[in-house]
Amino acid sequence: MSLSTTDIKRIAHLARIEVNDTEAEATLVKLTGILGLIEQMQAVDTTGVTPMSHSQDVSQRLREDVVTETDQRTLFQKNAPPVGNGSAEPAVEKGLYLVPKVIE
Amino acid sequence: MINKSLKQLSTMLAEKQVSSVELTQAFLTRIDQHNQAINAYISLDHDKTLAQAKVADAMLASNTASTLTGIPIAQKDIFVAKGWKTTCGSKMLENFIGPYDAGVIERFDAIGAVNLGKTNMDEFAMGSSNETSYFGKVQNPWDRSRVPGGSSGGSAAAVAARLCAAATGTDTGGSIRQPASLCGLSGLKPTYGLVSRYGMIAFASSLDQAGPMAKSCEDMALMMNVMTGFDERDSTSLNREKEDYTRGFAQLSADKPLAGLRVGLPKEYFAEGLSADVAKVIETAIAKYRKLGAEIVDVSLPNTMLSIPVYYVLAPAEASSNLSRFDGVRYGHRAAEYTDLMDMYCKSRAEGFGAEVKRRILIGTYVLSAGYFDAYYLKAQKIRRLIAQDFAEAFKKCDIILGPTAPSTAFKAGEKADDPVAMYLQDIYTIAVNLAGLPGMSIPAGFVEQDGKSLPVGLQIIGNYFDEARMLQAGHAYQQVTDWHERMPEGV
Repeated sequence: MSLSTTDIKRIAHLARIEVNDTEAEATLVKLTGILGLIEQMQAVDTTGVTPMSHSQDVSQRLREDVVTETDQRTLFQKNAPPVGNGSAEPAVEKGLYLVPKVIE
Repeated sequence: MINKSLKQLSTMLAEKQVSSVELTQAFLTRIDQHNQAINAYISLDHDKTLAQAKVADAMLASNTASTLTGIPIAQKDIFVAKGWKTTCGSKMLENFIGPYDAGVIERFDAIGAVNLGKTNMDEFAMGSSNETSYFGKVQNPWDRSRVPGGSSGGSAAAVAARLCAAATGTDTGGSIRQPASLCGLSGLKPTYGLVSRYGMIAFASSLDQAGPMAKSCEDMALMMNVMTGFDERDSTSLNREKEDYTRGFAQLSADKPLAGLRVGLPKEYFAEGLSADVAKVIETAIAKYRKLGAEIVDVSLPNTMLSIPVYYVLAPAEASSNLSRFDGVRYGHRAAEYTDLMDMYCKSRAEGFGAEVKRRILIGTYVLSAGYFDAYYLKAQKIRRLIAQDFAEAFKKCDIILGPTAPSTAFKAGEKADDPVAMYLQDIYTIAVNLAGLPGMSIPAGFVEQDGKSLPVGLQIIGNYFDEARMLQAGHAYQQVTDWHERMPEGV
């Protein structure tokens, strides 16, 4: 599998990570090496093998569909990123997180 | 005092030879003297730590203490701790203050252990050398020019340099065992599901597991007695009866303590790629096991080499999903300048994550993307089963598996930093254990002289599911007739 810098930029966009041309070039070299390592898997015949998604053959527990968490919004919002422009105040207002406007 | 075992410290506290405040202060003084050079800790808060020591002294005075009450423990900075800065080694979480306690932190708090501080680590636990931390590299106390291993390298360096009595770590592909090996201490990755992952910042959820890092197997057993247990807040936590992991120690006979124990040697762990010096140390350790009465049998783990490609599909795939929560909205780093919401996400993540984390997110995104899922992710999940089946076959012939923990001793800082594939091969003997969810540990087995320095070598012990007590017993028997685990680096 050979990648191009266009592929790197497409993957980076899917991952929501900004990369410039220089970073894309550098990432291409490293990712090509890693994907070369990963390609070793293709030589293995896995016909009839059931995929193993969990370390042990157990099913995860279910719980009653009831609220168990208490409201800690004020506490959690203390960790909101700062508003910016020199202010360290958390980007929250009336219990809501502030982000750029998405609806005109 | 700083070189005592947890049991000895516990006795000293119980007999009032020392108070928890005095003991804690002794470690804090050492940290103040040496941490700047070693960089083992990211966060320290002497006031909080000493306040906990006072609480511990009150518990000791009121006879409500247990074995680890009052003992200073370092916590890997991957565990969320209420009121403590919790960074996971990342700029992304540089200013994050824990709003609650992780399950592991709670358990130590409940028995009155003292949190000495949060230890340095590879960013989001991604690394084998502790060179990817936003808060700077950690130095190996045995040779400051070398890496301590990763990602729990801060915890490893702190234990090795006696900047704590013991520490916690986490292990996704070898991140407890490999740094334990490179720093000359004992480290255990328990069976998946045995220790709560609640409040442990997730890297690869089906592989991550917390465990103890300490000077000896006895110390680790005491830590395990605290750390393990069911936690209903973690859906992968296993509801099992609590165990006493020290229970096998008293049963060891003086003459042939390991008589009846079948020890498997996988030929794939002694093949090309293993340093000759390390191989020699491991062979000497195996001879010691034979002398202790163990029966040595040959086993095979034929898919060992495939564990690295499988891991580097599955772990990044899970990481790309887990780390999608860091979007600059609710917590974590937010870029100062952006044009719209999408730009804010992309810039915040580009600025907040380091190169290795970004690389792994990109790999994970790629292998999960449309058209590649079957060829990479599904294929890896199938080979993961083959790897687990290899262990199941091996454990029909033996009780524990012995081998090297890492292919070499600690390497020089920067030596592999530009070659991720070479770095990933560091975990060749440890990764399969995580893929299968088995317990594995590393204990000191000797030293190799290199450039005028003595560098530690780790012996890996792999056990069957939930067989930690037997593994610790086997390690303890070895530590009764060797003193590698008691050695400490000079100059710290």
